[in-house]
Amino acid sequence: MNKRAVFKSWWLPVLFALPQLLLILFFFYWPAISVFNWAFSLEPAFGGAGERLFVGFDNFREVFADGEYWRSVSLSLFFAFTATGLSMLIAFVLAICVDRQLKGSGLFRFFYIWPYAIAAPAVGLAFRFIFAPESGLIAVVNTWSPDLWNPAKYGSHAMILIIICFAWKWIGYNFIFMTAGLQSIPRSLLEASSMDGSGPVRRALDIQIPLLAPTLFFLLVLNLTESFVGPDTFGIVDLTTEGGPNKATDVMVYRIVSEAFRGLNYSGAAAQSLVLIALIMVFTFIQFRFVERRVHYK
Amino acid sequence: MIERTPILNAFTYLIMILGLILILGPFWMIFTASTQSLQEVTAVPFNMTPGGDFLKNVHAAWDRANLGPALLNSLITSLLVMVGKIVLAALSAFAIVYFKSPLRHVFFWMVFMTLMLPLEVRVIPTYNIASDVFEPVRWIIQTITGIELSLQWNLLNSYSGLVLPLIATATGTFLYRQFYMTLPDELAEAAKMDGARPLRFFIDILLPLSRTNMLALATIMFVYAWNQYLWPKLMTTDASYQTAMVAMRALVPSVNSLPEWNVSMAGALIIMLPPLVVVAVLQRWFVRGLVSTEK
Repeated sequence: MNKRAVFKSWWLPVLFALPQLLLILFFFYWPAISVFNWAFSLEPAFGGAGERLFVGFDNFREVFADGEYWRSVSLSLFFAFTATGLSMLIAFVLAICVDRQLKGSGLFRFFYIWPYAIAAPAVGLAFRFIFAPESGLIAVVNTWSPDLWNPAKYGSHAMILIIICFAWKWIGYNFIFMTAGLQSIPRSLLEASSMDGSGPVRRALDIQIPLLAPTLFFLLVLNLTESFVGPDTFGIVDLTTEGGPNKATDVMVYRIVSEAFRGLNYSGAAAQSLVLIALIMVFTFIQFRFVERRVHYK
Repeated sequence: MIERTPILNAFTYLIMILGLILILGPFWMIFTASTQSLQEVTAVPFNMTPGGDFLKNVHAAWDRANLGPALLNSLITSLLVMVGKIVLAALSAFAIVYFKSPLRHVFFWMVFMTLMLPLEVRVIPTYNIASDVFEPVRWIIQTITGIELSLQWNLLNSYSGLVLPLIATATGTFLYRQFYMTLPDELAEAAKMDGARPLRFFIDILLPLSRTNMLALATIMFVYAWNQYLWPKLMTTDASYQTAMVAMRALVPSVNSLPEWNVSMAGALIIMLPPLVVVAVLQRWFVRGLVSTEK
């Protein structure tokens, strides 16, 4: 980030940066400090005024001792990995097909991007209808045998539903980046290898995937982070299953928000939030190191 | 196209068409459901041909979710976020890239760190600060000087509350930083040689050059702001400030009432249309914006 020619002024950059600086201080850092503070302390009893009681790691101990928390963690992990894998796989197959640049593939590309424009709650509402047990697309299986498919009743079905929602929405985003990545692979490489007699599968495995690896890795980390802690996961769960049935889709993001608001357990929610922030930091660190390196190679 | 293989081409088309069905199928179902009557929409198996009740359903959804004001709120919020973010990003990235101050690294990292603090993990405190923006200011003044101020500014149920926390995000700043970095150094050198002050350089050279960048950022910020859900849901307790995305909650058929999915889908269709139009019509800019923010 070094420019050879720069201006000299001490007050102008401060003035220019000030609006953004104030906004992030007010809406990011002050709340983050509160979260930190709450995670290590308790509200004074009976909501009385006065200093918060410092309790060290007690809030964390309480959270980690809760079996439901660990269930939520494993649900989130399952959700994140399955949704990410499904979305990336479909997007990759479509991107490879479009990248063959057959006649009309531009039209396909035009439509494949659409899901990214749709808000997660809208996706949730639409798929809730499409996969509703009593009407919509899938309801017909319930006429063969009752309750063959019922996300309102079976936890596993509800989980499948939110995975489909997330994966579908993110196909658009993954597709955009994968086609951009594939386009930057020199055509001559693919041509040369096909002259040597390689088929499309061999070319995909030996040329396209390795050269696309940086993009794929970036998308993998991003998709995992988004599905784990992203707003989309919250929006989808809130409009489809609301964490149910029987907490089978009570993923971590949804749990934190609902616990903080309905359960009023600020300290517990704050402790859980800190755990998530730590996880995001790990993800971002991996990503940033890697992105920096890629920029370096250019 | 690399080799002439009719079978492979046919196979590629087959997969692309399946993909198209996967992507457009849900859109088609939302559309057909929104045109059917209650009886048609609850028919099993689902009938994939449109009916004739579209306007009736839209009307019902419009009333049920109070869509008139909600769509207007969404539009105002999204446009404000869009403009605010562009201005803020252009300014702060300028400060980071074109000045050699030791503080710029601190500032850059502070902006970068916000990426790790998504709203979901700081919901309650962010809500608290929105209900009382000057709390930290009061606290700081009180600890330093001992004077207790009664300064208050409540953002709940207001456009500033909907917009300001969304403008604070890092995306745009990075997009602009990336853009400034790609500009040749000679530009600034020549401008300095001609005696241009930083402000003149910014207004006369950087801003005109960044027009495409602005458009790209505008598209992604519009879609981003329109599709916000958690924040507007939390902070608008007053129905007159509800955005469309929050109003959609009212369209979910409840357990004890008729499964009026036709009305739900009609409402959902209207609510998701604006960002869809932006992405479809301005796709080139949207894709460019997305791909370059993440670099």
